Amino acid sequence: MGALYILIPIALLFLAAAVWAFLWAVDHDQFEDLEREGERILLDEAPRDPAEARDEADAAREAGEQA
Amino acid sequence: MSSASAAGSEARADEQACFHCGEPVAGDDAVFSMVAEQRRGFCCHGCLAATELIHGLGLDAYYERRESAAAEALTRTNAKAEALARYDDPALQRRFVTWDDDGHCTATLSIGGMRCAACSWLIEERLARLDGVLRANVGLASGRALVEWDPSRVELSEVLAAIGALGYRAFPYEPDLAEAMLKSERRASLRRLGVSGLGTMQVMMFSVALYVGAFGDLEAAHRHLLQVASACVATPVLFYAGWPFLAAAWRDVRLWRIGSDVPIALALVTAYGASVLATVQGQGEVYFDSVCMFIFFITLGRTIERSLRTRAELRVRNLVGRVPQAARRVEGGGVYDVPVADLAPGDVVKVETGERVPADGVLLSGVGEVSEALLTGEPTPLTKQAGDALLAGSEVLDGSLRLRVERTGAASTLQQIASLLDRAQLEKPPIAVLAGRVARIFVSAVIAAAVAVGLAWWWIDPTQVIPVVVAVLIATCPCALSLATPSALAAATHGLASRGFLITRGHALEALAGVSRVVLDKTGTLTAETPVLVDVQLVSTKLTRGEALRLAQRLEHRSNHPIARALRDLEGADVDRSDPGLQAVDAFARSEPGMGVEGEVDGRRLRLGRPEWAAGSGASTPKGAPELAGSVPMTSILLADEREALAWFVFEMPLRPGAEAMVGDLGVLGLQSSLLSGDPSQAGVDSVARRLAIEDAVGNASPEEKLARIETFEASGDHVLAVGDGVNDAPLLGRASVSVAMGSGSDLARLRADAVLLDDRLGTIPLALRWARRTRRVVKQNFTWAVVYNLCALPLAAMGVLAPWQAAIGMSLSSLLVVGNSLRLRSDSSRELAGSEESWARSTS
Repeated sequence: MGALYILIPIALLFLAAAVWAFLWAVDHDQFEDLEREGERILLDEAPRDPAEARDEADAAREAGEQA
Repeated sequence: MSSASAAGSEARADEQACFHCGEPVAGDDAVFSMVAEQRRGFCCHGCLAATELIHGLGLDAYYERRESAAAEALTRTNAKAEALARYDDPALQRRFVTWDDDGHCTATLSIGGMRCAACSWLIEERLARLDGVLRANVGLASGRALVEWDPSRVELSEVLAAIGALGYRAFPYEPDLAEAMLKSERRASLRRLGVSGLGTMQVMMFSVALYVGAFGDLEAAHRHLLQVASACVATPVLFYAGWPFLAAAWRDVRLWRIGSDVPIALALVTAYGASVLATVQGQGEVYFDSVCMFIFFITLGRTIERSLRTRAELRVRNLVGRVPQAARRVEGGGVYDVPVADLAPGDVVKVETGERVPADGVLLSGVGEVSEALLTGEPTPLTKQAGDALLAGSEVLDGSLRLRVERTGAASTLQQIASLLDRAQLEKPPIAVLAGRVARIFVSAVIAAAVAVGLAWWWIDPTQVIPVVVAVLIATCPCALSLATPSALAAATHGLASRGFLITRGHALEALAGVSRVVLDKTGTLTAETPVLVDVQLVSTKLTRGEALRLAQRLEHRSNHPIARALRDLEGADVDRSDPGLQAVDAFARSEPGMGVEGEVDGRRLRLGRPEWAAGSGASTPKGAPELAGSVPMTSILLADEREALAWFVFEMPLRPGAEAMVGDLGVLGLQSSLLSGDPSQAGVDSVARRLAIEDAVGNASPEEKLARIETFEASGDHVLAVGDGVNDAPLLGRASVSVAMGSGSDLARLRADAVLLDDRLGTIPLALRWARRTRRVVKQNFTWAVVYNLCALPLAAMGVLAPWQAAIGMSLSSLLVVGNSLRLRSDSSRELAGSEESWARSTS
């Protein structure tokens, strides 16, 4: 149990690091728009080239019909 | 991919609403087209173009993702290209654009009309495809977008136009100091929340060890270590995250006031002090976990409530915080665009039709029609001639004016608007004041009880005094009580704002719940603000209808009068500005205020306007003015040249979609409706009243008469909801129990009213009334729960059954329950609201 004298200070260090990271996030606007950012990972990046997009849409439709 | 078919084809059930914007598909503009192999209906070619654009860019996912048709009909959002081009002026851009070292520009835009994440996604993706745009971040909650672009490849006006083409309104935004403060307050609150949350978790870990150790063997040295570690964590939590409570309580105590923060601070200080003492002395229990948990949960509840409130405030600021106007200053033979703030007394400024006078001054030359509705509420256009005074903020309806600036700065309109707004935010709703008083009595009782209990236990078992007193203070904390109302109001405000109903005054929701009568304005409220041309009746045989129309359009191409807009907005009415014939009209055209417009086209001198005036230049007023009887208000004007009358133009003022359904809904809600209009034609007012089944209809009412009528209603016990667009009814909007201004109404109305109907959808009004009643129920539930909980917890804590940390959890759960109950108000999933949605949907099909 003597290890406690090392482990507990280490835990406190981790806590300090976590707090620092959180404060950094707040100051860099990471918590600004939670709804939008949450949805961002769900919405696919639409391909830049419209022709590519149409090909993708066609392929998806065909896949849907076959299924 | 798409081929447009003629209007007039039958609309199937799923084509009743415009595929892009949701407006009803009806009238001459409706068009049907194949999009992605599916036939869709559109309300106008603008919306069709937007959909084709979206499809062409490969962004169809927008239509699948979005929750509702949010974009506005394109006919309404088309800002003129010249108006947008002004934002490219470097002098103006200095106010809201930041330049970085690479020569790139960054600016914040305010975007109106977004409803859900799909809207913001669509705008972001569209801008990303615009060559020259480096970054575009659209925030849904704030209605703002951050755009970074390379000015050598794209202009800001193109960015704004691109957003407008999708059906959203965008203009640059200059956030003010108050908003910067809101933001930093929010950040500070989040920081405290994070520190207290992480601290609580860590202290809990240590506490678990201590609790378990209390039952088993735990060496004194290790126990001491754990307690010291807990103290190390709890200290910053208390003095950083808990600082607001300590500071507020200290302020209250110094002024001998009892605030709701006093028991909280008392509990915290007592628990912390006793725990530190126990740690140092090596004996006794520690309560660091209770201290941290207490702080964390209270901060959580308050942060949620504050964030809801801030969102509502940000939206209101979007409404009014526009980019400062640009003014055209005449210096040394040239005309330069300068920001209004740079004007100084003595400057000469040019103001054109449709623009606002930038500063108080004296008219030097030109004759014009000016509206001072913003300042006085009086809508009647005033004729101004050389030597007359012009007020900052008045709108030029017709004319090209030169004025010399006399006063600028604090007397400016923007300053007035801003101060009106600030005053509104500071007003406290009556129920919040009442709740504050109740809370104070409550708190005094709690402290008295704590003292009594402490004394009792001192006599019974002194070791239990600290935990029992702390538990009593924590368990009876009136946090839930003080969160009951604000959280409900904030959630409901937020929910309604996302439906286009923006509440700008604290008391609006309570007042809406108690409304017994609705007083409606006619023009601009029940009827759309732009007339629609329905007929061209020829009088002379020497020209065709098409030619008559073309002449009329050319005459009116510079005017901002609603009738001119109606003529211009007709399909195919794009007047080619470089057309030399047009220059001739320009050189000669003038408008006679209140009468019409006169000009020379193709060598003929023409007049278009009131029949007596138009014909007066030589021809006689023709008999056979068009029949104007109908169920819809109408008006007509005459086109005539020097010799004879040429043609009648008949306009219709259509009722807004959903007007009938709304009135029906109001009846279902048990409310009386009244029509109160300034329109001098009683017949017109009566016909509208008949169509909408409103029994009480009064026309030709002056502003004073309108005010008197409202006062009569209020005096007889009615709680009145007044709905208007502010032209001619701004005073009554201030007098009624609660008022709603149309989004398209005057700025003054939108500021004086307690709420603004951002998208002019009348169906939102019954929705808001139902929502307000639901809010009232939720507030009562919250109050009941908070009181019951406190009454039950007090005996338990007093008897020593409740440990401090249990009391902390219980109190926090109770607060969160109240906030959670209030959060239900953010969405409209309840059945009563569905009822109003159905009736509105029915009315648009």
